[in-house]
Amino acid sequence: MRAVGIIFSNIHDDNVPELARIRTLGSIPFAGRYRLIDFPLSNMVNSGIDTVGIITKSNYQSLMDHVGSGKDWDLARKDGGVIFLPPFGDLGNDKLYTSRLEALKGITNFLFRADEEYVVMTDCDAVCRINYNHVIEQHIKNHADITVVYKRGVKQGQRENAFNFVLDGERIINVSVASEEDKEYNLNTNVFVMKKVLLQNIVMDSISHNKSHFLTDVIANNLKSMRIFGYEHKGFYAGITSLQAYFNSNLAILDSDNRKELFGDRSVFTKIRDSAPTKYGNSAIVKNSMIADGCIIEGEVENSIIFRNVKVARGAVVKNSIVMQNSVIGENASLNCIIVDKAVVIRDKRNLSGSENHPFYIGKGTMI
Amino acid sequence: MIRKKKCVAMLLAGGQGSRLYALTSNIAKPAVSFGGKYRIIDFPLSNCVNSGIDTVGVLTQYQPLILNDYIGNGQPWDLDRAYGGVHILSPYQAKHSYDWYKGTANAIYQNLHFMKQFDPDYVLVLSGDHIYKMNYSIMLNYHILNDADCTIAAIEVPIKEASRFGILNTNEDGSIYEFEEKPKKPKSNLASMGIYIFSAKKLFKYLEEDSKDPKSSNDFGKDVLPKMLFNGEKMMAYKFSGYWKDVGTIQSLYDANMDLLGDVPMFDVTDTSWKIQSRSPLAPPHFIAEEAKVANSIILSGCEIYGVVENSILGSNVVVEKGAVVKNSIIMSDVVVGAGSEIDYSILDENCVIGKNVVIGKDKSVAKGITVVGRDYVVEDGSIIEDGAMLDKNSIGG
Repeated sequence: MRAVGIIFSNIHDDNVPELARIRTLGSIPFAGRYRLIDFPLSNMVNSGIDTVGIITKSNYQSLMDHVGSGKDWDLARKDGGVIFLPPFGDLGNDKLYTSRLEALKGITNFLFRADEEYVVMTDCDAVCRINYNHVIEQHIKNHADITVVYKRGVKQGQRENAFNFVLDGERIINVSVASEEDKEYNLNTNVFVMKKVLLQNIVMDSISHNKSHFLTDVIANNLKSMRIFGYEHKGFYAGITSLQAYFNSNLAILDSDNRKELFGDRSVFTKIRDSAPTKYGNSAIVKNSMIADGCIIEGEVENSIIFRNVKVARGAVVKNSIVMQNSVIGENASLNCIIVDKAVVIRDKRNLSGSENHPFYIGKGTMI
Repeated sequence: MIRKKKCVAMLLAGGQGSRLYALTSNIAKPAVSFGGKYRIIDFPLSNCVNSGIDTVGVLTQYQPLILNDYIGNGQPWDLDRAYGGVHILSPYQAKHSYDWYKGTANAIYQNLHFMKQFDPDYVLVLSGDHIYKMNYSIMLNYHILNDADCTIAAIEVPIKEASRFGILNTNEDGSIYEFEEKPKKPKSNLASMGIYIFSAKKLFKYLEEDSKDPKSSNDFGKDVLPKMLFNGEKMMAYKFSGYWKDVGTIQSLYDANMDLLGDVPMFDVTDTSWKIQSRSPLAPPHFIAEEAKVANSIILSGCEIYGVVENSILGSNVVVEKGAVVKNSIIMSDVVVGAGSEIDYSILDENCVIGKNVVIGKDKSVAKGITVVGRDYVVEDGSIIEDGAMLDKNSIGG
């Protein structure tokens, strides 16, 4: 049951344009020390997948910097390991791909060379722990052509492209648009399992028939001619479908059950960077917060996620906020419901506030 | 082909550190945790790398397993090099002889071939039991400028403590005319820091001679350095001023840890211009709960704090349960402090499990001494561990 992994790092950049303007969706910081790609990449490694292609499109410097040789995921291998798959540009045709199928056309060589029987494809738009082996096992049990992972729930935020799978047992018999706000659906997660040969055929076919959308053109159109099944992911699932969802998903990690499920076995891997230990001053007041290494905390922090090397000065109050690495919160400044990107300086006595259902975003390197 | 290295460092890491008692029952002193994140050996290793020395032999002997694992291929210090890098040098069996390392000089002597393969001009000899930040390249320049055969780093200590150290008596130009090992009436307060730079050819010559001398105890301080001085080699003292602490005793290890705390700490590891590198555990950021209270402390990733932590240093993945109070203490990695327990003026070594409602140690002002709980020790619910006690799993047959 050996499988090769494919991770799409860019495909939902539009979900959070604020955060993805300077990076890929996969390299968006999450939960104090991670990047979104750490979750699918670690899931792959923990499922025994040791050849992983990462499909990129644009702004992927931060992603390459983060993943590097793959050694922190034990994916710096002589044979296989992590392989970056940037867009394949033809002479005279320098347009970048616009869909999942077009992106797959650009990696035909990678697929050709892989000698694994199965393919696991995933995006970087969700924080969850999935054992892909269980998906493959169910796939084999069902004699399926394609297995699609879904999560039962209401759709989050203003998510577009949310699809609902109508099931008969585990088989998908219809795909519909999940249009209503508060209704429970079997929502697509864009995790697909199939034989590598089938994926190669699908890609060839889509080139000749000019198809572009995987879910509608391949899945929805072939429900009768192919055996397409759903696999329900029952655990924690945080879809990063909007800035609001990003904000909520981060704060969801403050819940100890969620934290235990994601990190309890310490097997979410990430790039290891050395920071000094975090120091709390005499005046520090910290409640219900997650704080990474390298911070100096002298002020007050409540219900917040603080990334590496952040300074919260004396008298500063940070509530319900996410503060990314290397930012400085000045003396007596106050933040409430703010997403502070990297290397931001909030000057002394500044007072900034968003609201719980509309967090305020401060861009990388801003000085306020 | 020999590719030359200007300076090779040899780090003596084989010492047992018997004065750390329970803390070194299972591990070599250089592998003892420090400041939550570090092990003692991180300091000389990082100093080497920051000083541009990329070839380091680490001589291990006593309980080397954890130390060897920790150093691994040297990648955390950027010492996984195609040529040079960090090498673990343990005692080995050879065709004509085999032996443990008998003394510091003998340990280096047994690894002559290791040094020679880099054809170095200079050899830096370090020990793995001090906490300090030092640029060895400045000391090396001093050695070269003075055309010295051996340069010894030295620090001024309070004169009343000088009798605990090896004292260097120097002329005005910094050249050494006398060594005094722990003198009763010290003539100067310049103490040797156990950091030596040798011109390689001289070192090799003296080590060869020392190995043939049956009366020698094969020690740098006792045999090799006095002999060099006696023979009139040029020996210089290099004065270092800055933080330097021997962490060879429970008290000094505790004090050095506490020096990291405070708004203006005595010793600053957060200084990014001289980074101390270490092998970092893979753990999520630490979590401080609603009911927790944390002040004047260092806390590492993976910790979960539900109780009170004050004036303390916590390593990674430490759990302080609800109602527990940790004060003035050092808690090393992977320790669980059970609900309602009180820890004061204590050192808990890695992987201890402290039950619920346990009392360990007393306030510094009334305690008989620092209470120490050794690695992997399990303290049952409701126990009271007397202040100044030393609990060691091995000593009770564990």
